[in-house]
Amino acid sequence: MSATRMQLLSPRNVRLLSRGRNELLAGAGPRVCSLTSPPLSSSSPGRALSSLSATRRGLPKEKMSENGVLPRAKVLTIDSMNPTVKKMEYAVRGPIVQRALELERELSEGMKKPFVEVIKANIGDAHAMGQQPITFFRQVLALCSYPELLNESSFPEDAKSRARRILQSCGGNSMGSYSASQGIESVRQDVARYIERRDGGVPCDPDNIFLTTGASDGIVTMLKLLVCGKGETRTGVMISIPQYPLYSAALAELAAVQVNYYLNEEKCWSMDLSELQRSLDEARRHCNPRALCVINPGNPTGQVQSRQCIEDVIRFAAKERLFLMADEVYQDNVYAEGCQFHSFKKVLFDMGPEYSDIVELASFHSTSKCYMGECGFRGGYMEIINLDEEVRAQLTKLLSVRLCPPVPGQALMDLVVNPPQIGEPSYDKFIKERSATLSVLAEKAKLTEQVLNTVKGISCNPVQGAMYSFPRISIPEKAIKEATDKGQQADMFYCMKLLEETGICLVPGSGFGQRDGTYHFRMTILPSTDKLKILLNKVKEFHQKFTEQYS
Amino acid sequence: MLRLRDVVQRSVPPRNSPLYSGLWQRAGYKTQPGPQVTEQPGLKRFGTAEATVQTGAGHPCRMREKTLTMASLSPQVKAVEYAVRGPIVIRAGDIEKRLQQHLLDVSPSWERDPSSVALPEVSPMFPFKLWVFSGSVSLYDGGKESFTEVIKANIGDAHAMGQQPITFLRQVVALCCYPELLQSPSFPEDAKQRAQHILQGCGGQSLGSYSASQGVECIRQHVAEFITERDQSVPSDWNNIYLTSGASDGIMSILKLLVSGEGSGRTGVLIPIPQYPLYSAALSELDAVHIHYYLDEDSCWALDIEELQRAYLSAKQLCTPRALCIINPGNPTGQVQSKKCIEEVLHFAYEENLFVMADEVYQDNVYSADCHFYSFKKVLYEMGPEYFNNVELVSFHSTSKGYTGECGFRGGYMEVLNMDPQVKEQLVKLLSVRLCPPVPGQAAMDVIVNPPREHEPSYAQFIKEKSSVLDVLAQKARLTEQILNSVPGIKCNPVQGAMYAFPRIFIPPRAIQEAKARSMAPDMLYCLKLLEETGICVIPGSGFGQREGTYHFRMTILPSPEKLTVLLGKLKEFHLRFLEKYSQEGAQSSSLHREERAH
Repeated sequence: MSATRMQLLSPRNVRLLSRGRNELLAGAGPRVCSLTSPPLSSSSPGRALSSLSATRRGLPKEKMSENGVLPRAKVLTIDSMNPTVKKMEYAVRGPIVQRALELERELSEGMKKPFVEVIKANIGDAHAMGQQPITFFRQVLALCSYPELLNESSFPEDAKSRARRILQSCGGNSMGSYSASQGIESVRQDVARYIERRDGGVPCDPDNIFLTTGASDGIVTMLKLLVCGKGETRTGVMISIPQYPLYSAALAELAAVQVNYYLNEEKCWSMDLSELQRSLDEARRHCNPRALCVINPGNPTGQVQSRQCIEDVIRFAAKERLFLMADEVYQDNVYAEGCQFHSFKKVLFDMGPEYSDIVELASFHSTSKCYMGECGFRGGYMEIINLDEEVRAQLTKLLSVRLCPPVPGQALMDLVVNPPQIGEPSYDKFIKERSATLSVLAEKAKLTEQVLNTVKGISCNPVQGAMYSFPRISIPEKAIKEATDKGQQADMFYCMKLLEETGICLVPGSGFGQRDGTYHFRMTILPSTDKLKILLNKVKEFHQKFTEQYS
Repeated sequence: MLRLRDVVQRSVPPRNSPLYSGLWQRAGYKTQPGPQVTEQPGLKRFGTAEATVQTGAGHPCRMREKTLTMASLSPQVKAVEYAVRGPIVIRAGDIEKRLQQHLLDVSPSWERDPSSVALPEVSPMFPFKLWVFSGSVSLYDGGKESFTEVIKANIGDAHAMGQQPITFLRQVVALCCYPELLQSPSFPEDAKQRAQHILQGCGGQSLGSYSASQGVECIRQHVAEFITERDQSVPSDWNNIYLTSGASDGIMSILKLLVSGEGSGRTGVLIPIPQYPLYSAALSELDAVHIHYYLDEDSCWALDIEELQRAYLSAKQLCTPRALCIINPGNPTGQVQSKKCIEEVLHFAYEENLFVMADEVYQDNVYSADCHFYSFKKVLYEMGPEYFNNVELVSFHSTSKGYTGECGFRGGYMEVLNMDPQVKEQLVKLLSVRLCPPVPGQAAMDVIVNPPREHEPSYAQFIKEKSSVLDVLAQKARLTEQILNSVPGIKCNPVQGAMYAFPRIFIPPRAIQEAKARSMAPDMLYCLKLLEETGICVIPGSGFGQREGTYHFRMTILPSPEKLTVLLGKLKEFHLRFLEKYSQEGAQSSSLHREERAH
């Protein structure tokens, strides 16, 4: 995939159809198009009506050819559908994954394959890979779901008290009620206290916390607010390359301009200030760059940014007046020695009011990653700093249309930010489970890097954090040519072959973006250590064979 | 409609009082004298300067414009309106909070300090209709009614109104959350069996895994079986089932696919008026053309096919109408459509090549004895293969309504018929970006489509709970209609289904004038006064759309029968007082009043 997929939206020229009637309904907003009827529709075009009613009671009009084979045209076709949706791409669940599912089905139907199982290392889905949920979290969720269990002696007291507190904040003491669109107030308070603890006392206002449906929902919502303008004034959003494809997909859907800045693979995927500047300056020629997205720890690249780097980025955003979006969902997933997670918020406040009073920052977190890996609950939050007050009202309004984030996910988010404390009955078990998960992940991060770097033609940066390695692979010219002939990206060709021959499902680097002429794949480090070893060896063998075959 | 700023301005004590300065700030006012705000033509900004006034003085950066302001906000977002959680509800929340803090008795001091009556500049960009405060007029002039609680009848949120969850559903969800409970003897076998089945469909047998973007496969199969059973053997293919985050998410996704084109080629979507404002909000966000067809209030909010044609034909000249949305049973109007009407609608859609979206989330909420729920799918099937194989139809269901009322779980599904296979691929791609609908919501959906069967241990309790919820709702539907129709100046169609009454209210000309003076919809004035005087929170009809010159409100029938009786009694008293207050002068208004009564 060409990494620079910049789109300029052709100016939209939507006619304003509102006739000023029923203003309250149609909204007097500048872009609302609405057609309302006269108060009483006596003046409606009766001539056309009668032509219609001629067929009203009768049989359908003859619209097929004589033999009835030609189907009538559909209302919604690939040509008539929303072009921005068509432009979206999302490799993490793209064609490779579809094929993996097919292979799984074929295996279960007894078809012979050169492998006995499909190993999915395409997506950061920890539980699917066998990671166990944190007992305490699930106990509380069960209690909230079925409060009769509060009378059972088999549940620890701290789980019960958490459940009671959550239920008390729900309408009618039930998780089945809608919450406020911004999220349950007590959960937002707990999130604020968590952030204060995490950031060494930097104050956090619960009013700045918005609970979301996973982090993705928050990211898309913020982007939605930011996108406006036409042609050269169309909003541009700077995203890293490689990036998590949610960003490119959301920007395509919103018809915003994607502005790529490249991470420096030679320096362990770090962010480079001059590259940011280059990218911004180039983009300013044809769009209006207004936001800068940073993923730290990195997805798919696994780097953990230094404090210095974050300071530089903040200074850059302040200087260039960019809205900062910090995707920090992997904040607990830091493995490499010498690396530490620094939140953008903390660094921003450490830089003093000169910055912390002006830089608009949204940071995102989620229940799906870290040690809990509870993807299915779709829990998350965002903290927004220095947001314009009127825009905040608009944000609340926008969120209210979707009513509320799933309440079980909110409950789970509450537990993540308010886990068992020292002295509570569940504390020891919680700590044990959490550190077991994190230390296994650290071990697998190291293992992955080591094994991959033993393969000639594969080079892998250290997996400092997050859940992925993103090794660079050399693909022989002959293979590139064969892929091109097939109309495929070379790394897609590589990954497809890997899947067919070994049952291993990875995502090609082209789905995330990469420098032209380089090839990568993303693999998660989530399979169990034993399975991961097998997987890595198979990748090794495959790569050697592949290189041989095409040399 | 009005905005938060105005709500705050009229309801909160002077802005320098420490207790409320936070609220004032939230509404975008200065709490202390701050630096001068630079004015832009036609737009006064409040955000930039006062956001920083508290942190000290004189920093040069402080004056700078934010990156994201009202002027640079997405115009589509600006255009979105959603009354069900609009300013009335925000105000109700404030009152509720103060009631809890025993602050309501300070009400006399709320009378506004005349010095603070400096009116906010009206920003033309703001989405809510503004109501400009005129002089010393206050909402508190309507007598010294006091109340001890806010009754929220604004949103179909059953559990918040005290409805109890279905035990079986919660048992299954609890078992899925914490599978150790599968060993517990206190759970019935059928619940355990359901939970095991769901968990087997989840990666790593955990609710914490992402599901496929279309939803957990076995749950989709159960949905298809449920539909087949509901529609008396009309076939349903589970490949056409997509689980969603509540029905809203599905509706939004389908609309997203449909919107394209420019100018007169821009997609138009037919929506009923009155409508559930999700539709108008979604269309605004997508920048599609809203095409309104009016439901016939005089025939119990029936869908009149000729009105549909009128709306379609008049829109055709200006945009490209491509989809038709129907809500059955109706929200906010509570009607249940006849089979004949559905046939006509489907025939019309066939003739005019319209994509049909049938919002059927209230399919279990049918109360009138002479009404019956017919699914669009079943009617389409019975119209024969030419229709069944051609009309593109998506129908939506949800865990939030029916007898379960599980809104918080955000569960739902849609069934997609006759969709172009290539478009279907695009739909899956679109859904996959959001990864998956919440899995606990999917599990709840599973229980709804696969409830206890006659031979199973939980059956008796399940049926008892289900019918008790539905019986009480039916009783409240009748009660609401009866009492409302006993009030002069209120006229309410039968609540045949769903969860709402949408009565028409007479508003005297003087009140209309007052509302106009405040740039407020008359029914907004009415509902705000109702809230301030009685603590009852209902939504003005203008938030749903209504014929010009008519006024309504939507109230849910969800409060307990006792509370509902109190609510309706208070409403009646309020309405009479309101009429009296605004009809005092002149024969003209009182004659109008009589006319309305006769109507």
